[in-house]
Amino acid sequence: MGVLGLIFAPGFLSNGPVHTALLVGGGAAVVGAVVGVFTVMRGQSFAGHALADVSSAGGSASFLLGLNPLVGFLGMAALAAGVMEWADVRDARERDLLTGVMLGAGLGLTALFLYFASVTGSASGAAITVLFGSMFTIPASIVPAALALAGVALAVIAAIYRPLLLSAVSEDLAQAQGTRVRLIGLAHGWALALAVSLSAMTVGAILSTALLIGPAAAGLRLADRPGRSLALAVLIGLLATWGGILLAYDSYDWTPGHGWPVSFFIVVLVFIAYLLAALLARVRARGVSLRAVHPSGCGQD
Amino acid sequence: MTQAAALSVEGLGISLSGRQILKDVKFQVAPGEFCALIGANGSGKTTLLKAIVGLVKPDSGRITVDVDGSGGTSVGYVPQKISLDPHLPLRARDVVMLGLDGARLGLPLPSSARDARVEEMLQAVGAGDFAERRVGLLSGGQQQRILVAHALVRRPRLLLLDEPLASLDVRSVAEIVALLRRLSLQYGTAILLSAHDMNPLLPVMDRIVYLASCCAVSGKADEVVRTEVLSRLYGYHVDVVRVHGRVVVIAAHEPEEIRAALARDPVHTAEIP
Repeated sequence: MGVLGLIFAPGFLSNGPVHTALLVGGGAAVVGAVVGVFTVMRGQSFAGHALADVSSAGGSASFLLGLNPLVGFLGMAALAAGVMEWADVRDARERDLLTGVMLGAGLGLTALFLYFASVTGSASGAAITVLFGSMFTIPASIVPAALALAGVALAVIAAIYRPLLLSAVSEDLAQAQGTRVRLIGLAHGWALALAVSLSAMTVGAILSTALLIGPAAAGLRLADRPGRSLALAVLIGLLATWGGILLAYDSYDWTPGHGWPVSFFIVVLVFIAYLLAALLARVRARGVSLRAVHPSGCGQD
Repeated sequence: MTQAAALSVEGLGISLSGRQILKDVKFQVAPGEFCALIGANGSGKTTLLKAIVGLVKPDSGRITVDVDGSGGTSVGYVPQKISLDPHLPLRARDVVMLGLDGARLGLPLPSSARDARVEEMLQAVGAGDFAERRVGLLSGGQQQRILVAHALVRRPRLLLLDEPLASLDVRSVAEIVALLRRLSLQYGTAILLSAHDMNPLLPVMDRIVYLASCCAVSGKADEVVRTEVLSRLYGYHVDVVRVHGRVVVIAAHEPEEIRAALARDPVHTAEIP
């Protein structure tokens, strides 16, 4: 009990808000990691970040109107994903441009809605919650909807798994096999919108990129097969999220009166995981090249 | 021809964004034939291949591809200048597997029949040694072999390759050409391969389709690869020469043209004292 007591501060496992945070955060981490692996493979990391920023306009609007924030985040993210895929810009430079312009417009709306929210005083702390998340204030009533949406996102990715992989290799190859690549792009865009909205609920719109890109990038560096990359990304995302919740809960004892934000711990853990993965991948690559120079058994036998 | 042609193109016309790319293109490729698609840059080789795969819609004419017993689309396709990202978490084997089921929905289930077919294809293209390596880290020649395996694993009756020899060194070019000839004999696959230089293909090609000023001329290789025929097609004098038992096509005018261009705009070099 002594060691466990040090790790799990009293009441952690029987605390209602902690349960909600563990469930919603866990769902967001799994979906973020799975969708993120494909987002990174498709070279759409920046688009993923932009979707999150645009979704914050919906999140802040729902604060102003007293709606379920998940509805706001998801509505805006899905709309933005639809616009991006509909515009169908193939040139990477042009796509970055469009993405950047949309990101700016989305954050501009967020600024307006959050200003109104602070002036009318209808929702104190809305800015922090929307932009940086506050997991321990998520209402328990959101859990079933959040987990259902997570299930939908995972089902979409499972359905288009192979066409998605092949179009990441080459859209021409996928099209030559009869795949409708624009439809696949749109389905991925909406799965991305779901992932981003769930992450925005947990770590906030601005930081949701961390859950989307970090575990995915680490998984892609470590494994040579898509299935293993996905499994590693999910593991890293879950450990970082649950570890962050635990540390935040424990932090109430470090600075009496107030704890540290959960989002901070999650982002730090994701960053550390990515750093370790990058280091490990580099060491491994060096090992391979050394073996290529000095083949084992050379000069013997 | 008693058997149906593997590919038959009739009166094909294509214009892209208002520009006429191909006009009244007409040729046939017989089953198992090795056919070279030759033409200068911008002559429409890529557009023609894309139209056959179905990536570009023709404005007029007809493309008929011999359908195999299963009734499926039976065209394999290796696109131009495909660059495989080193960050993709895919082994060479995975890319070949996606050639078999890359359009299917749902998660892949384990299948020993599928694995056996992929393994056979990997061996057939000589990729056994690097099948487990990350595909983006392979050399250009190795990636080309994997893309050929990806395109052939469904046993299509027709294989299209868009400039597969560009950006390969001389030795890899010879290896890929020999490999393609062997595969087409082994599986009875007709091959239509685009290139701007026909020399590496002379030892293996049965037929040639020459694209020039938006129309096509096609014929048996030994009927077309002649000094007078090629000279007429190219629009300038070309020599077909036999050296050491090999046939080589040489554009005889090139040095003269370079000399003429230099004379028009002379290079001023400093006098050496």
